[in-house]
Amino acid sequence: MPRLRISLTINGEPRETDVWGGESLLYALRERLDLPGSKNACEQGECGSCSVLLDGVLVCSCLVLAAQADSHEVTTVEGLGAADDLHRVQEAFVAAGAVQCGFCTPGLVVATADLLERVPAPSDDEIREALSGNLCRCTGYQKIFDAVRLAAGIDA
Amino acid sequence: MEVLTPRSLDDALRLKAELPAARFVQGGTDVLVELNFDRSRPAALINLNEVAELRGFLRENGALVLGSGLTYAELMQPELATALPALAEASRTVGSPQIRNRGTIGGNLGTASPAGDALPPLLVESAQVEIASVRGRRALPLAEFLVGPKRNALEPDELVVSIRISPSGSRQTFMKVGPRNAMVIAVCSLALSVDRERGELRAAFGSAGPVTGLVTAPLDEAERFPAAVAAAASPIDDVRGTAAYRRHALRVLTGRALERCLA
Amino acid sequence: MSATRPKIKARPPTRPRLGKIGESVPRSDGTPKVMGEFAYASDLHAADMLWGHTLRSPHAHARIAEIDISQAVGMPGVHAVLTHADVPGRKTYGLEFTDQPVLAIDRVRYFGEPVAVVAAEHPEQARRAAEAIRVVYELLEPVADPERATEMEPLHPDRPTMGHGYRDDPRSNVVRHMVIRHGDPETAGDVTVDGVYEVGSQDQAFLGPESGLAIPDGEGGVDIYVATQWLHVDRDQVAPCLGLTVEQVRVHLAGVGGAFGGREDLSMQIHGALLALHTNRPVKFVYNREESFTGHVHRHPAKIWCEHRATRDGRITCVRMRILLDGGAYASSSTTVTSNAASFALGPYRVDNALIESTSVYTNNPPCGAMRGFGAVQTCFAAEAQMDRLAAELGIDPVELRLLNALAPGDYLPTGQLIDGALPTAEVIRRAAALEPPAPEGFPRDPIRLPGGAGNTTRGAGVHRGVGFAVGFKNICYSEGFDDSCAARVQLYADGSATVHCAATEVGQGVTDVILQVARTELGTDRITLAPHTTATVGSAGSASASRLTWMVSGAVRDACRAALEEQERREGGEVDVERVHHHRPTTPLDPETGQITGERAHVALAVAAMRAVVEVDIDLGLTRVVWVGTAQDVGKAINPQAVHGQIEGGTAQGLGLALMEEIQTRDGRIVNASFTDYLIPTALDMPPVTVVLVEDPEPDAPYGAKGVGEPPAIVSVAAIAAAVRDATGRALTRVPIRADDICL
Ligand SMILES: Cc1cc2nc3c(=O)[nH]c(=O)nc-3n(C[C@H](O)[C@H](O)[C@H](O)COP(=O)(O)OP(=O)(O)OC[C@H]3O[C@@H](n4cnc5c(N)ncnc54)[C@H](O)[C@@H]3O)c2cc1C
Ligand code: FES
Ligand code: FES
Repeated sequence: MPRLRISLTINGEPRETDVWGGESLLYALRERLDLPGSKNACEQGECGSCSVLLDGVLVCSCLVLAAQADSHEVTTVEGLGAADDLHRVQEAFVAAGAVQCGFCTPGLVVATADLLERVPAPSDDEIREALSGNLCRCTGYQKIFDAVRLAAGIDA
Repeated sequence: MEVLTPRSLDDALRLKAELPAARFVQGGTDVLVELNFDRSRPAALINLNEVAELRGFLRENGALVLGSGLTYAELMQPELATALPALAEASRTVGSPQIRNRGTIGGNLGTASPAGDALPPLLVESAQVEIASVRGRRALPLAEFLVGPKRNALEPDELVVSIRISPSGSRQTFMKVGPRNAMVIAVCSLALSVDRERGELRAAFGSAGPVTGLVTAPLDEAERFPAAVAAAASPIDDVRGTAAYRRHALRVLTGRALERCLA
Repeated sequence: MSATRPKIKARPPTRPRLGKIGESVPRSDGTPKVMGEFAYASDLHAADMLWGHTLRSPHAHARIAEIDISQAVGMPGVHAVLTHADVPGRKTYGLEFTDQPVLAIDRVRYFGEPVAVVAAEHPEQARRAAEAIRVVYELLEPVADPERATEMEPLHPDRPTMGHGYRDDPRSNVVRHMVIRHGDPETAGDVTVDGVYEVGSQDQAFLGPESGLAIPDGEGGVDIYVATQWLHVDRDQVAPCLGLTVEQVRVHLAGVGGAFGGREDLSMQIHGALLALHTNRPVKFVYNREESFTGHVHRHPAKIWCEHRATRDGRITCVRMRILLDGGAYASSSTTVTSNAASFALGPYRVDNALIESTSVYTNNPPCGAMRGFGAVQTCFAAEAQMDRLAAELGIDPVELRLLNALAPGDYLPTGQLIDGALPTAEVIRRAAALEPPAPEGFPRDPIRLPGGAGNTTRGAGVHRGVGFAVGFKNICYSEGFDDSCAARVQLYADGSATVHCAATEVGQGVTDVILQVARTELGTDRITLAPHTTATVGSAGSASASRLTWMVSGAVRDACRAALEEQERREGGEVDVERVHHHRPTTPLDPETGQITGERAHVALAVAAMRAVVEVDIDLGLTRVVWVGTAQDVGKAINPQAVHGQIEGGTAQGLGLALMEEIQTRDGRIVNASFTDYLIPTALDMPPVTVVLVEDPEPDAPYGAKGVGEPPAIVSVAAIAAAVRDATGRALTRVPIRADDICL
């Protein structure tokens, strides 16, 4: 059934795969490229669980056609850190207790990393607005805000 | 389903002329939802991301020409926000950062939803929609472009290239009502401008009629304007709100917007 | 075919970390989760895997005249198209009554009811095949109004709910009807307040959609990897429908993306197994968000009629309440919801005389069942509104009124049960009332800190501040004679390290860490490995529900650890392997006629929370922003304080959602907002800071004194936030979620 071939750079590595035209980048990452870290919670852009960086810009990968990512660069949660070398945002999420079921976490980690890249010391309002596209059903967000401040080195 | 990726405007127009049943995809924030939920299976998709002519904006004899591929995030940047403040305010209310990074004004026009948040600010600024096809180019006032709920005036082979505005420089604002404090489709929305130069009040409302509606009045009729805007709307009851509430909210919003812009 | 194991990517064995009981321990699954390497049910993959898809009813009530699959079976990539005729064993299942068809037989009773299932190579092929199945429906009038359900044609003419020891109610469509008669319900008071309250249907809206992978074992059996709340009861429901023994069906926990009650009932388990056995290939299901709204049960919508009588000096003399719960098309856990609604209807107050009538009915609305705080959420909202009305009527401060009537050990529940455990009602009230809310903030402010938020609707015009207070309580563990138990197995090795087996489902609440903390504490070592959660190696743990799991798991793991140490000592070293089953103290059913206890107790223990909420409401537009929440909660003993705070904050967010925005809307039984675009849950801009005080009053009967903590915040927050909005607006607001129209029209 797949009819199209795409080549792209994911987490710094050149990758290729066949896709069906109607498939999202999220589907291709999860089901074809062995990168299930980005999550499929709504596939309608409302939850941010599928957040990735496309050419350095934060997007919902469920709303990007796989074919649109052809020849572009994608960074997923898998590209942020390694088990023995976690990204500071990942470390902060664990330490602050910002993870419960964790389904929202990959998207939030990517969104937070993107925020801190642009705004190294965000205000509480900036944190809330920047994360308003990432739904979490478990935590009530408090510990997520703590994690962002922890990663940014801001005293709460 | 095929995905075609033209590299130039001419290529895009040629492809659309050959495959009028194909669907353009720019930011994909409307189209992908339809695809993911099996609501649409177009013959082919034409990916506009690589068409450089649709990106960015330029100034031409005092007018601003906004590429249809301009994103909400770009509309919020200082240069455009200064020239078109209500459009920037509207952009901040759109979806989430992820949606604003990807969603475009061209897509908002393409979808032509009565809830489209770019539409009211563009309407009060008398925007012209610049359209192209292999047959040539034409321009339409936005009010004529929006022909019905989720229907626009494009022919099957046409594409929106840009939106042309001569910024009025007037005091203006945008407000949107939704049941939560972020990420909502408008229950109703309002853009309002107090154009002292032309002596005119202009308001455009969203989600309160089949299309985004424009209401104007002379400057000295400010007092009656909230009621006039509410009366011009033809809202319905739906899952997001009731007709009665929408009419009421438009009256409140218009009053508050006037206060903001007359202050 | 030999079993293909799902490729569970880099889920490292749960590594021990320092941390004993009472310490805040970072989650043992935290690192894989932040790296995106934790394998959720929807991430599973097996070689040769097919995709399952469910054809669902577009109607809320219809007779099925014909199902024609002939078109679908021959389509590209399609391997199986199955209907009820292909269910080899029992055709129905259910948590308590087997009233729900695996696949609709001759009738559909709710919008979204599964009618057929398909397996194909690609999800798109499966969708196209499902679309090609022709189903001829003859529409029937839906029973959409629960208030009229008992007068309409029975939706389950065989009355599956009769003869189970409940009060048998002859009226049609009654799932359970119970009456609690306590003292003399005719007792008068100096003042009387009454009210009618309504609660909309809430969705659990867990982020990880229903998913799972079924793998045939090549010998007629099947392994099911699924996100669920109770592995063993899933297995016990699945096996008879497949015509298999329970040994032939093994259910394994796959990563769970939240649950909140919504995974107590089956979703894809039987469908996946049917297709896998039929095709002899692994079959994966992943529901999309729209399907998820029809793929699980919801919180019961309720209507509650109340009358509270009190003396002039504020003592409640008598309460009369009538509760109607819309159970939807199938029973699920409606019976327990009915009973909880009644048992906790009065709130944590001393009331000597009461008449409580609680009824759940079948309708053609979406099936309702378990959701965090069930039954108690609905009645707490009504009872606390009544307390505020009473306070206003009497001119007594609402906090004082609550303190005056606060329930305490030594008092009786309306079911006649003596409260003999810990219940620090007065203390949580005092502690919550003492929390200082932040001072009102001036203008101008950024719109995101105003009602209407990012919508930029006000700069201060119309904004009124309001403060609300509420108290809520509920039982911990199962009730009414249900023999609730939890098994744990400990393999203690010669070198002192250990492997712990427990089928408790980690749904995000952190039970994994409770298991590890208890084992570390009891065994005095950090070298503990947690085995996969499965039905294959250990007995049932019971479900992740009723705020019971921390208690039950702590008991089971503690008992097994201690037994293992003793056994090792007896044998003077070497490796031992012991399993222990923990039971809490027994309960007995309530009398079906009087609702009174038939033994010493119907509930094991209780937990209480009090909350103060501050809101700002734009009264002209009816928009609300919650500014701050302060709460004090009775937790017995906090095993992992950080996780306890997380539960309280998360539960508060869900209550905020129900108070202000969350409702499944239906028209003639059809859900009209099955998406995250129209079913709104709180975002980062909707949640206020939460100040949490933990009140540790150890439960004498609970292992380590610990009570469950998940439900009280979800119960009390709805009432507290609604009270604050009433305070800001001066409106009665008798329905949640509160709509803008209710405030400003
Ligand atoms: C979670 C979420 C939240 C949202 N919130 C809002 C909101 O708050 N306010 C709001 O207004 N919208 C909202 N939207 C809708 C959407 O983001 C906007 O309509 C956006 O402007 C669409 O732009 P796009 O580039 O993504 O369009 P696409 O999805 O790429 O295209 C949309 C339509 O326009 C057509 N089209 C695109 N470009 C052109 C062109 N150049 N010429 C002709 N036709 C074209 C396409 O064929 C398609 O029919 C939201 C969407 C999501 C998923
Ligand atoms: S899965 Fe992409 S936003 Fe929810
Ligand atoms: S931790 Fe479960 S959704 Fe955020």
